[in-house]
Parts: sequence; C-alpha cells; structure tokens
Amino acid sequence: MTPVSSKLYADDVSLLMVLIDTNPYFWSSMNNNTSFTFSKFLSHVLAFLNSILLLNQMNQVVVIASGYNSCDYVFDSSTSSMQRAECLLEKLEDFVDKDESLSREESVDGVGFSLLSGSLSMALCYIQRVFRSGPLHPQPRILCLHGSPDGPGQYVAVMNSIFSAQRSMVPIDSCAIGSQHSAFLQQASYITGGVYLKPQVSDGLFQYLSTVFATDLHSRGFLQLPRPVGVDFRASCFCHKNTIDMGYICSVCLSIFCKHHKKCSTCGSNFGEARKQDPSASDQRR
Amino acid sequence: MNNEEKRFNQEEEDEEEESGRGREAWERTYADERSWESLQEDESGLLRPIDNKSLSHAQYRRRLRTATAARIQKGLIRYLYIIIDFSRAAAEMDYKPSRMVVVARQVEAFIREFFDQNPLSQIGLVILKDGVAHCLTDLGGSPEAHIKALMGKLGTSGDASLQNGLDLVRDLLNQIPSYGHREVLILYSALSTCDPGDILETIQKCKVSKIRCSVIGLSAELYICKHLCQETGGMYFVALDEPHLKELVLEHAPPPPAIAEFAVANLIKMGFPQRAAEGVISICSCHKEAKVCGGYTCPRCKARICELPTECCICGLTLVSSPHLARSYHHLFPIRPFDDVSPLVLKDFHKLPKNCFGCQLSLLNPGNFPGPQVACPNCKQHFCLDCDIYIHESLHNCPGCESLRNAKTISDMEQ
Repeated sequence: MTPVSSKLYADDVSLLMVLIDTNPYFWSSMNNNTSFTFSKFLSHVLAFLNSILLLNQMNQVVVIASGYNSCDYVFDSSTSSMQRAECLLEKLEDFVDKDESLSREESVDGVGFSLLSGSLSMALCYIQRVFRSGPLHPQPRILCLHGSPDGPGQYVAVMNSIFSAQRSMVPIDSCAIGSQHSAFLQQASYITGGVYLKPQVSDGLFQYLSTVFATDLHSRGFLQLPRPVGVDFRASCFCHKNTIDMGYICSVCLSIFCKHHKKCSTCGSNFGEARKQDPSASDQRR
Repeated sequence: MNNEEKRFNQEEEDEEEESGRGREAWERTYADERSWESLQEDESGLLRPIDNKSLSHAQYRRRLRTATAARIQKGLIRYLYIIIDFSRAAAEMDYKPSRMVVVARQVEAFIREFFDQNPLSQIGLVILKDGVAHCLTDLGGSPEAHIKALMGKLGTSGDASLQNGLDLVRDLLNQIPSYGHREVLILYSALSTCDPGDILETIQKCKVSKIRCSVIGLSAELYICKHLCQETGGMYFVALDEPHLKELVLEHAPPPPAIAEFAVANLIKMGFPQRAAEGVISICSCHKEAKVCGGYTCPRCKARICELPTECCICGLTLVSSPHLARSYHHLFPIRPFDDVSPLVLKDFHKLPKNCFGCQLSLLNPGNFPGPQVACPNCKQHFCLDCDIYIHESLHNCPGCESLRNAKTISDMEQ
C-alpha cells in the first residue's frame, strides 16, 4: 500500500511513459548506415531515465518496448526494488529474445515497422490506472523514442490512441531517432500538445532528451521548446495514394477518392441516383 | 420499442412501490439504502471510495451489448436539430436549481461530446417559447458558437408548441443534402402542446421527410411524444433525475444505426486545406478580421478560414482535415466486446496471467485467487474491468491485438 505522504503530489511530479523502439531490422539498418547503435542508444536513454528519477524523488518512469512482433513493459520504477533504470536491461533482453522467437517470416523486405499502436495503447491503459488511483497523482506524459517507418496498417489504431490521449489531456512527446520524419508522431504531438523533435546529431541524443523532454509539464510553459512544425493534414486518396487538396468522400464509410466513382470500392455503395438530387440540394443552401 | 415499453412499465412499478411505502424518493435513498454503512476507511483513516465496480461494470456490459450488435451501418454524417422547451414548464424547480438550467447544462455537455464523436456532423438549436419556435442557431459545426448562443438566451415564458417546432425544423432539414441523416432531439418539459393545427399531419410529414425524431421528457410520459417517436423511428424516454437525464441525452451522441432508405449513399466533395504559412497577414472570411498567423486556405477559392471543420463561406466547399475523418473510423471498425473469463478457467489459475495486459494491475484478489477479469476473443489476453471499460469507451483499440503482428491475419482467417 502506498503511504499517505506519497499521495501529496505537487504539480511538478511526473509520470513518464517511455516507449522505446526495439525493431531489430531498424537498428541493423542504423548500424549499417550510421555509427549510432542500439547499445549507444540505450546508454543515452538510461542516463536520461536516471536523471528523471533524480529530478524529483516522487517521479515515476515506466518503459514499454515496442518490438517487431510484440510489445511489453520492461521497467516500472514504482515496482522495481532498485530505483535505477539499469534494471530494465535484464527484462529488455528477455523481451528481445521472446520477440525474436515470435517471428514467423523468414525474411523481411525493408526495415518494417514496429508496433507503435500496441505500446501506445498499453501506455494509455497504464495512465488511466494512475488517474483512477485517486485525486492526487503524478502528471503523466508519453515519450516515444521511435525510429522505424510508419506502418500504414496501424493508421486507425494510432489515431484512436492519439484521440484518446487528447481526451484525457496526456501529451505525447516524440523524438524521431531514424533518418526520416514520422508522420504519425508529428500528428500525435501536434494533436495532443506535445513536442516533436528530430535530433540533428544522433550522437547527442542525451543532450536533446535532457534539454527538451526532461522538464515537467508545469515548467514547460517557461521554456522555449521546439515550435511545432507545419503538420500536413491533407489526406491521401484510397485509390492512388496521392496526397490531394480536394477529393470525394463516401458518405457511408468515409473512404477518400480523388475522382468521382460510380461505386465505393470499400463498402460497395452505389452512388448513381444521388447525383441528380445533389446539385439542387446544394443550390438551395446558397 | 419493446425495450421502451418495458422501461415504462418498470417505472410504473417503481412508482407504486414508492407510494406504498409512503416516503418521498429523496427520503428513500437515505432510509432504505443506508449508504453510510457502506463507507470504509483505509489504514490511514481516510475514507475509501465505495467499491461498486462490479455493479457499474455489469451496467456497462449491457450498454455495450446493445451498442455493438454485429456490424451495423451507421449514419456518420448527421444533421441534428436540438429543440429545447423553454416554456413556463421549464421554470419548474423539481430539478435543481430549475429544469431550464439543468437542461442547458446537459445540452452544453452533449454538444461537446457530439462534435467529439461526429466531427463531420452539424447541430442547430431551436427554442420553444410563447407558443412559437425560434431558430436560435443555424446548422453549424462549431460547438462554441452554439453554446454561446444558448447561454445568452436563457429564460422561460409562455407555452410550448410541438407542432411549430417540428414544422420549423422540417423546413430547415429539407434543405440539407440527401446523404445526410436528419435527426431531431427534443427536450420537452411541458405536459401539453399548444398547436395551431393538426399535429398528426405534421408527424406524418416528418415521417415522409425521413426525419428521425427523439424525445426526452422531463415531467411525465406524453402520448403525442411517444407517437412521434414511434412513427419516425426515434427513441422516447422520460428522465427520472439529473444523472438519468444526462445518461439519456448522451445516448444520442454516438451515431445511430443508419436506415438504408433514410439517406442516399453519395460522394461528397470535400477540401483538405493546408495550414497557411507563418507570418502572413490576411483577412479571414469567417470573422472578417485581419489575422497574422494560423488559419487555413480553402483549396478551391483560396479564402482564409480560421478553424476546421467548416464550410467555406465563399464557395460552400466542405473543409476538413484528415484527423477529422480518422475520428469517425472507430465507429466503422468497432472492437469486439471482451468475454468474461468463466469460473472453470479461473480454477487453474496457475496458468493464467497474473497482471492485466493493459495496465499491469494485479488480477489476483487478496488471498491469491484470481479476481474478475475479461479476455479479448481475438488475442486471448486478459484485462481488468476498468481497462475493459476504457478500451471500449475511449481507446477503441485492443492493446493485446495491437501488440501482436500476426493478430489481424489470424482473425481474418477465422472469419
């Protein structure tokens, strides 16, 4: 049972949910192209996590690994006996082994994506549990340390998580450690009011983390943090995957098309008859 | 309709019970339930919240079962008029401080929830007062504009006229495009309606115009309201008290099942405007004010717009951004309800996971026996009851299925 004193949180006590990308294909590509390896990445992150724990003794850190085939919790500072982030190494190793054993495919074309939607969903469930624990709880936020490219199949799930985080006022900070920008994370941070950052020099990751992501939400108001970049909210059509300015939306299933079709390819609705009525209806409106 | 009738019968029974005991409802809550006895203290002497988790979970499961019956087509693009009765009857003080204030508060909450769930839909407000119906706001997509207009017009007088309200709304809804779902939600305080003509004719006209009318009564059941809802396919409920009213109002926020002939499937032309460049000064077309930064540019006529979603005031193009569409996708791909884990399975609890997959809360009761838990039919992961509610009501993702790469293909093969 938690003692009473630890319930009396000030507004600068944070719960930091860190999602780390352990996609092995991504890290091997990083290994080939740059000198920034997974072990270097981990040493930066561990130093960062320890500094968060030292900033305030009531700060809490939870680490979730988003792997290629599964996601799991690897560290929780409230339950582990030692308040040091090095404890996560052992569980992380187990996780990576398990993740590898779940692999079914022999070879993967390209880098593949890691399961961001799963780890985001888990982090949000954990945060809801903290919210339920009583009126006084640490201020939660999510930090995604993500490098793999976005998985198109995860779009709906990631967006669902983003909207749920927005509803419960949990900011999603994101740090893109790969070579490309991540459209998912840009939207996540923009919609939830978090910070999106793509470090210029990956070897200086610790500095970026500690200057941008270490401060609690209250102190953020006094800092000059990276401004949100212009997020492109244009949609891409389902038929050609082109980014479009204007398009047609199916009124039944909200599929996006760039040209007028007779039949919706997603839900099979026919659009024939409606067209005759439509111009008159829109004329009346004006 | 069957459900409703049951509900009404139940209410009648409740009333009989009440009168038999000769106590007022507010006395009964204290005298019969003895709520003070269920208070518990924790070890430091603070009051612990009363544990009615399993009860509320059962309620939630009932709601979920009715809501996610298979894959029903939903009407995602809704044009809803809220008719609020601000006649003399709304000044009654059986709801505290008055019916009017309570209704206004619930409508405010409803408008916010509605736009959160239906970003592509529009709402308009109509007020019944002095025997006539005023259109307070036209159909629009901005919650703040509606709430501001409503809060500026509080005040009750005269009689309510259901027919005038329906006639006005029908005229307004006849103008909307054919793919939209026309709906009316009436919050009715009065026990009578003061009409200039034959209301039954108006009801038939509403039926012909395919308007789904729902009524929430604040006083007692009225035949004419029930008839209206039955004819037009809406829902009629009478609120018992404020929490019940809130529940009834919010039931209208998720999109209702679409009735195929009510709205014609169509392709809607929409624009996806880009954010205007930083530091550019231009005059916005919606407020006619000069703005320095922010805002969007209509892709067709290049007019400046302050916020999305909206309709371009110059060329009439519907303007949205891709997250607005994404917000509605969970209505189309609902996650399956989780199954209760049967006591038989719970017996060999050594094989079961010890923690909730979502939040890592221990699933064991004191004494190391497994507590109540649910499992996803797809990925077979176990969850605690709180996560179950959160996952279905807010998150709309199963963390178990999302953290398995091959989960989706497995379920597809089963189907």
